[in-house]
Amino acid sequence: MYDFAVERPTNLDDASRLLAKDETQVIAGGQTLIPTMKSRLASPKTLVSLTGIDEIKGVSPSQGSVTIGAATRHVDVANETRTLYPALASLAANIGDPAVRNRGTIGGSLANNDPSACYPAAALAGDAEIKTQERSYSADDFFCGLFETALSEGEFITEIRFPIPDRASYQKFEQPASRFALVGVFVTQKSGQVRVAVTGASEEGVYRWKEAEQALSDDFRREAIADLIVPAEGKIVDIHGSAAYRAHLVKVLTGRAVDSAH
Amino acid sequence: MPKDFGFGASSKRREDVRFLTGNGRYTDDINVYGQAYVHFLRSDVAHGTIKSINTERAAAHPAVLRIFTGADFASVGGLPCGWQVTDRFGEPMKEPAHPVLAQGKVRHVGDPIAAIVAESAAEARDAAEMIEVDIEELPAVIDMRAALDGGPLVHDDLETNLCYDWGFIEDNKDEVDAAIKKAPHVTRLDLTNNRLVPNAMEPRVAVGDYNSSNDESILYTTSQNPHVIRLLMGAFVLSIPEHKLRVVAPDVGGGFGSKIFHYAEEAFCTFAARELKRAVKWTASRSESFITDAHGRDHVTTIELALDHDGNFIAIRTSTLANMGAYLSTFSTSVPTWLHGTLMAGNYVTPLIYVNVKAVFTNTVPVDAYRGAGRPEATFQLERVIDKAARELGIDPIEIRRRNFIAKDQFPYATPVALEYDTGDYHATMDKLEEIADLKGFDNRLAQSKSKGKLRGLGLNCYIEACGLAPSNLVGQLGARAGLYESATLRVNATGSVTVMTGSHSHGQGHETTFPQVVSEMLGIAEDQINLQHGDTANTPMGMGTYGSRSIAVGGSAILRATEKIIAKAKKIAAHLMEASADDVEFSDGTFRVAGTDKEVAWADVCLAAYVPHNYPLTELEPGLEETAFYDPANFTYPAGAYACEVEVDPETGKVDICSFAAADDFGRIVNPMVVDGQVHGGIAQGIGQAMLESAIYDEDGQLLSGSYMDYAMPRADDLPSMVVDHSCQTPCTHNPLGVKGCGEAGAIGSPPAIVNAVIDALSRGGYSHVDHIDMPLSPHRVWEAIQT
Ligand SMILES: Cc1cc2nc3c(=O)[nH]c(=O)nc-3n(C[C@H](O)[C@H](O)[C@H](O)COP(=O)(O)OP(=O)(O)OC[C@H]3O[C@@H](n4cnc5c(N)ncnc54)[C@H](O)[C@@H]3O)c2cc1C
Repeated sequence: MYDFAVERPTNLDDASRLLAKDETQVIAGGQTLIPTMKSRLASPKTLVSLTGIDEIKGVSPSQGSVTIGAATRHVDVANETRTLYPALASLAANIGDPAVRNRGTIGGSLANNDPSACYPAAALAGDAEIKTQERSYSADDFFCGLFETALSEGEFITEIRFPIPDRASYQKFEQPASRFALVGVFVTQKSGQVRVAVTGASEEGVYRWKEAEQALSDDFRREAIADLIVPAEGKIVDIHGSAAYRAHLVKVLTGRAVDSAH
Repeated sequence: MPKDFGFGASSKRREDVRFLTGNGRYTDDINVYGQAYVHFLRSDVAHGTIKSINTERAAAHPAVLRIFTGADFASVGGLPCGWQVTDRFGEPMKEPAHPVLAQGKVRHVGDPIAAIVAESAAEARDAAEMIEVDIEELPAVIDMRAALDGGPLVHDDLETNLCYDWGFIEDNKDEVDAAIKKAPHVTRLDLTNNRLVPNAMEPRVAVGDYNSSNDESILYTTSQNPHVIRLLMGAFVLSIPEHKLRVVAPDVGGGFGSKIFHYAEEAFCTFAARELKRAVKWTASRSESFITDAHGRDHVTTIELALDHDGNFIAIRTSTLANMGAYLSTFSTSVPTWLHGTLMAGNYVTPLIYVNVKAVFTNTVPVDAYRGAGRPEATFQLERVIDKAARELGIDPIEIRRRNFIAKDQFPYATPVALEYDTGDYHATMDKLEEIADLKGFDNRLAQSKSKGKLRGLGLNCYIEACGLAPSNLVGQLGARAGLYESATLRVNATGSVTVMTGSHSHGQGHETTFPQVVSEMLGIAEDQINLQHGDTANTPMGMGTYGSRSIAVGGSAILRATEKIIAKAKKIAAHLMEASADDVEFSDGTFRVAGTDKEVAWADVCLAAYVPHNYPLTELEPGLEETAFYDPANFTYPAGAYACEVEVDPETGKVDICSFAAADDFGRIVNPMVVDGQVHGGIAQGIGQAMLESAIYDEDGQLLSGSYMDYAMPRADDLPSMVVDHSCQTPCTHNPLGVKGCGEAGAIGSPPAIVNAVIDALSRGGYSHVDHIDMPLSPHRVWEAIQT
């Protein structure tokens, strides 16, 4: 690790002001950023911590949706959305281990947009609205490929609003070592419309499987996607799975998500 | 009635109090006044010529004390290999130089190029980034076949990548070939024993210190055998005589073989401390451990088993490529030969066996002993090919094994691969296994799995290991460059408590509990009156350390012998105190008695008399009560057992769940059943790691793809089933005085084939009978792919 300074603002204005300076970077739970700094792959001069800003922490239900502060830890999402949005709660409850869940945040996960992370699938399938101190994005506009998002320099996520679906399920097939998603599929159904988001599988990061969405919007049963073919092309290849295997898992997990959606 | 102390009692592990309360004292906890820190600049390419190293800028860093490169070690010896193997043609193996810091060439990712000593570890690392190294990258050779097939040379001066071509027993080769040619049935299997990264919880650490007032060097290090390190490093590398060199291995957080070997970092820290007149400390990062700790296994094998129509074994022939990596680590050469070929008879009568091993240099981390060392590789091939043969011949897998077992009345049994098994009862362990694994209930469980859409399978296997390493004269003939005895000193204190000093080393095995149990049993005094001292060459007798499941069998026997000497002397003192003849003195339960009289004297009084010799036969007997014994075993010991595993396979994803695991072991007599349970549990967990999860994978350029826990899968608690372990079948070892056989490696040796056999069985029962083998680890992806083809 190289030397760095830490700022801990307690309100959004101070955070924005600090982040307008050069060589600053947001830190939330540090579960991704700290290991990167320890291996000397990142060297920010000043870290601006979001965890002292109370207004972007916590889970608040409102009419038909739930809004989660960006600095809310995975453990709090898991506990506080259990009855409100069980699929989201179980996703959060299965991220990493207790140490990771007690520090890592939803905002950090979405901003990082790791191609194998879980939350991006929830945001995309759940048609979430991602708000920053400056503006608001639909999930469809937010994720732009591996580790890339629409966020600009100095911009940070403040909260995420998830419409509550009628039914949903997240199916995560764990990579044996990291236990991130080798493939993960999040399915939601709201007013008959189905959205299917896939993480872990594509070389372009999280994406919507539109053919399945259409088929399942017509007929929300596993059988409805039986004839669809998931191409291996463009899928991630690594020591844990071939492109064909990942493509296969996309379909299997989508089927399981449909079976278990509630 | 279970005993509550002494031999056979499940005494609680006393060392756990300090481990579990964070009071262990590991090497990294040792800080010497004024110490400096070293950071190693390591090669990030697998193969290359070092054109230049420019340290000028780095040396100017204000915190840097000195930067060392290969040139500084030009006059220093290289790291030695401890075992010389002779090849099929009577020629010695090829033995390349193994410099402390790379000289001229780098040969694997992680090879140290320069060592930066600075005031702090962070500054040493900062300075390392200022060193400019110009390396001309050369094509790397990773695949063993390519290495033998005209691939780039790892060591140009050797003119070959073949370390040795070993035949065992060479004289039997033609007969074996002929028998296989005319056999009614031959089952053949090609398999890989996957390369593993040892991953001890504690990374390696070394602190070199130097005391100029008496010219003594001290090395604190994470080692399983401090005396061996002192011998190798002192004599072969740095030319420091033993009386000027002390090696201390304090609490060690797991070794599994990887901390047997003498590593460059140990020699460096000792050397640099002498040069700089300051202590020098190195603590490996986890990333560094992945690319510097000697890896394990990595064999590619073809095995053929010839049988008659009734499934009786006629002959076995194997051909193995064994990866040595880029250099010969300390015991690397013995693992695929004497610790592997000699085990190919397993638990069976097979009249003819021939083993061929080609050891190969590649641009990868050196490979050496890892829990089981050679014996897991032997067991895996044999037990997999037997399963395959049973399937081909339509014989039940238990039945085919029973048909070929060495029978109880055949012991001592001389195998065709040079070992003589002293005792065993393989039908008894198989009977026990059938009981504890509830094999009768399998069909019910199969039906339950089926109703959930899962494929269930049952896998079985037997294993034998040769451990309790080893008779020194025998291993000397086989090429070992060291003896393999063990030593013990018993120091009885004036008030009767006892300090036991052993050359064995405990790094998780529980010796501090179990060794005193042996002494307690013999002296009849409480266990808490006895403590064990180990790990420091300054206060323990020369011993060979802990590996090869040898500590209780060899080290425990040395303790027994030393205790016998103590008792013999104490009897003489007691005889004097009771005015009797020593021949008439009996000793039991801590009291000396004159046979046939009511005269008695307590242990503590005899001890006191030895040290306060006012009433003492001083003209005939020295005062004091302290004895040393060295024990050199007459033979290896032969623990054996039968294991069973049940799995469920999800045919949609290829994911395997291990539902249950049962182990019936014969370890001979048992000192502490609870500690033995723990050793078996841990060994099985490690075997599950190898069979299901772990794999060191290199890309073709020699980069370790599974070089962190993001990609190298270690077993976690929820990967493990609940295990039933039983060691009530006991055929005591006949040649050591304790009757013990050792249990440290059994679980890791015996479990992988049971797991793979179970998965193949599940697939076969589920309609995928074309799948006759899947290489480990049985990841979901591999199992799914096997089902697809
Ligand atoms: C052992 C382990 C296992 C894990 N397993 C999983 C898993 O199974 N599934 C999974 O999805 N994830 C997993 N993770 C990742 C985990 O969820 C991280 O916590 C998360 O990805 C990052 O969140 P953080 O709050 O720790 O972010 P940090 O590490 O603090 O930051 C990560 C990045 O996001 C930026 N950032 C942080 N907050 C914001 C914000 N509000 N706005 C803009 N940018 C921001 C930072 O500048 C940095 O670039 C695992 C991590 C570990 C260490």
